[in-house]
Amino acid sequence: MKQLSDTLFNAVVRSCAIGTLILVSGLCVTLVIHAMPVFRHSGLSFLFTSTWDPLRQQFGALPFLVGTVITAVLGVLISLPFSLSIAFFLGEYFPSGKLSIFFQSATDLLAGIPSVIYGFWGLFVVAPFMQKIEIRLGIMPYGVGIATASIILAIMIVPYTASIAREIIKLVPSDLKEAAYALGATRWEVVRHVVIPYAHSGILAGILLALGRAIGETMAVTMVIGNRNEFPKSIFDPANTMASVIANEFAEASDDIYLSALIAVALLLFLFTTVMNMFGRFVIKKLTVRQES
Amino acid sequence: MRTGSYSRRIVISRIMECVIFFFAFISLLPLTLILFYLAKKGMAAIDWQFLTHLPRPVGEEGGGVVNAIVGSAILIFCATLMAVPLGVGAGLYLSEAKEGKLSYWTRVAVDILQGSPSIVMGVVVYLWVVKPMQSFSALSGSIALAIMMLPMVIYSTEETLKAIPCTLKEAALALGVPYYRTILKVVIPAGMSGITTGVLIGVARIAGETAPLLFTAFGSPFLDINPLKPVAALPLVVFNYATSPYPQWWEQAWGASLVLTFLVLCLHLTAKIGTRRWKIQF
Repeated sequence: MKQLSDTLFNAVVRSCAIGTLILVSGLCVTLVIHAMPVFRHSGLSFLFTSTWDPLRQQFGALPFLVGTVITAVLGVLISLPFSLSIAFFLGEYFPSGKLSIFFQSATDLLAGIPSVIYGFWGLFVVAPFMQKIEIRLGIMPYGVGIATASIILAIMIVPYTASIAREIIKLVPSDLKEAAYALGATRWEVVRHVVIPYAHSGILAGILLALGRAIGETMAVTMVIGNRNEFPKSIFDPANTMASVIANEFAEASDDIYLSALIAVALLLFLFTTVMNMFGRFVIKKLTVRQES
Repeated sequence: MRTGSYSRRIVISRIMECVIFFFAFISLLPLTLILFYLAKKGMAAIDWQFLTHLPRPVGEEGGGVVNAIVGSAILIFCATLMAVPLGVGAGLYLSEAKEGKLSYWTRVAVDILQGSPSIVMGVVVYLWVVKPMQSFSALSGSIALAIMMLPMVIYSTEETLKAIPCTLKEAALALGVPYYRTILKVVIPAGMSGITTGVLIGVARIAGETAPLLFTAFGSPFLDINPLKPVAALPLVVFNYATSPYPQWWEQAWGASLVLTFLVLCLHLTAKIGTRRWKIQF
C-alpha cells in the first residue's frame, strides 16, 4: 500500500528535478525570444558585418566573435605546455607523495582565486609589463589588449585543463605501461608512445572544455582587453570579446533594439560554450565508460 | 618507433623530464606573484576602519567597504537558501531514479548550466527579475548566484547519495519505515558530509562571482539590507574601484581583493578539510 506521504514526497522531489529542467529551458527560450528583434532588424548581417554603432542602430557582432575566438584560442595555446606538464607531472611522474600534494593544493588555489582578482592583477601588473614590451617592439603601447587578455586567460585555465588531463592520464592501464617498461622503454618513451596515444582523445576533450571556459570568461577579460569595438588588426590591439561587450554595455543599453543586440550576443556565447561543453563531456564520458566496463 | 643508442634514449628521457618539471614549476609563478601583490598592497589598505566604515567620496581620506561585506553576506545567504533545497531535491531524484527520460534530460540541463558563462546568467536574470520589477535588487542578484550554485549542489548530492550502499536503505525499509522517512532519516544523514562539502564549494564559487551581479545587484554605496534595493558586493567593489581613474580607490580595491581572496580560499579550505574529515567509509 502506498502511503499518501510517500506520494507527496515523491512529487516534491520530482518537481525539483522538473524545476531544474524548466529553469534551463526557460533560460534558452528567454534568450532566443529577446534576441529575435535584432535578427529581424538586421538579419544575418548581425553575424557577418563589423560595424557596431548603437547610435545609428548598426549591429555587426563580427569583431566580438573574432575577438573572442582569438583570445580564447591564444589563451589555450599559451596554457597548453604548462597544463600538460602539470598533468604529466601529477599523473605520471609524481602520482603521490608530498610534492604531489603541494602541487595539487597550489593548482587548487590557482583555480579558487576569483576571476575579478585575476583581472585586477592583470590590469595593474601584467598590463604595465606588456606596455614595456610593446615599447621595445616599437608598437603602440596600449598595455591592455588581446595579448594581455590571452595571458591572463592562460593563467586562469591552467589548473582546469591540468586536472582533467591528469584524471585522463591516470586512466591509462598500468599493465600497458608496465609492458612497455618491460620491453626496455625509457620513461619518456612510455609517455610518448603509450600514455599519449591512449589518452589523446580525453586530453583533447579537456582542451575543448578549457576553450569553452576561456570563451565564457568575463570579468578578467573585460578588465584587460581594452574594450574597443573595432576589428583587431594585431594581437596587441585592444579589442572586445562577446562576454566583455555585454559586461560593458548592457547596463547602458538604452533602446530596445540595442538591448536585443546584446542579448543576441549572449545567446551566441551561450550556444558556443554549450556546444563545446557537450562535446567535451561526451568524449570524456565515453572514455570513462570504456575504462569501467 | 625510432630507436637510437641506449645512452641517447636515456638522455632524451632525462631532458624531457626536465622540460616537464620546468614548465610545471613555472606555472606556479603567477600564483606566487598574485598572492605576493595581494599581500603587499592589500595589507597596506586594510585596517579596522576599512572593515567597519562605509565608503567615502573621492578625495576624502579613509572609508571602508563594510557595505560590500554585508552585501556579499546577504547575497550569498539568500542564494544558498534558494539553491540548496532545489539542488538537494533534484540530486535526490537523480540518485533515486538513475534511468529514465526525466533524469537523462535533467542531467543534460545541469551540464549545460554548469558550463554556461556567468554573464549569461546575469543577462537572463535581468530579463526575468530586474526588468519586470523596474529596479536592480539584492533579490535578483541572489537569484543569479543561486542559478550559478545549483549545478554544484546537484552534482555533489547525486554523487554522494549514489555512493551510499543500498543495504542501508533496504534495512530501513525492511523495518517498515516509510520510504520518505527512510530517505530523510537514513540516506540524507549518511550523505550529509558530502552534501555539505558540495554546498561549501558552491558558496566558494559564487562568493567570487562578479559577472552575474553587474546588472542584478548593481552595487550601492549605502548599507541597506532591503532585498528589493540594489546592494554592494565585494567582487563588484573590486571591479568598480579597479576600473575607476582614482589612485585612492585602487588602494581600496587591493584591500577588498585581499578580503575577498581570503574569504574564498578559506571556504575552499574548509570544504577540502571537510571532505577528508567527515567522509564516512562504508
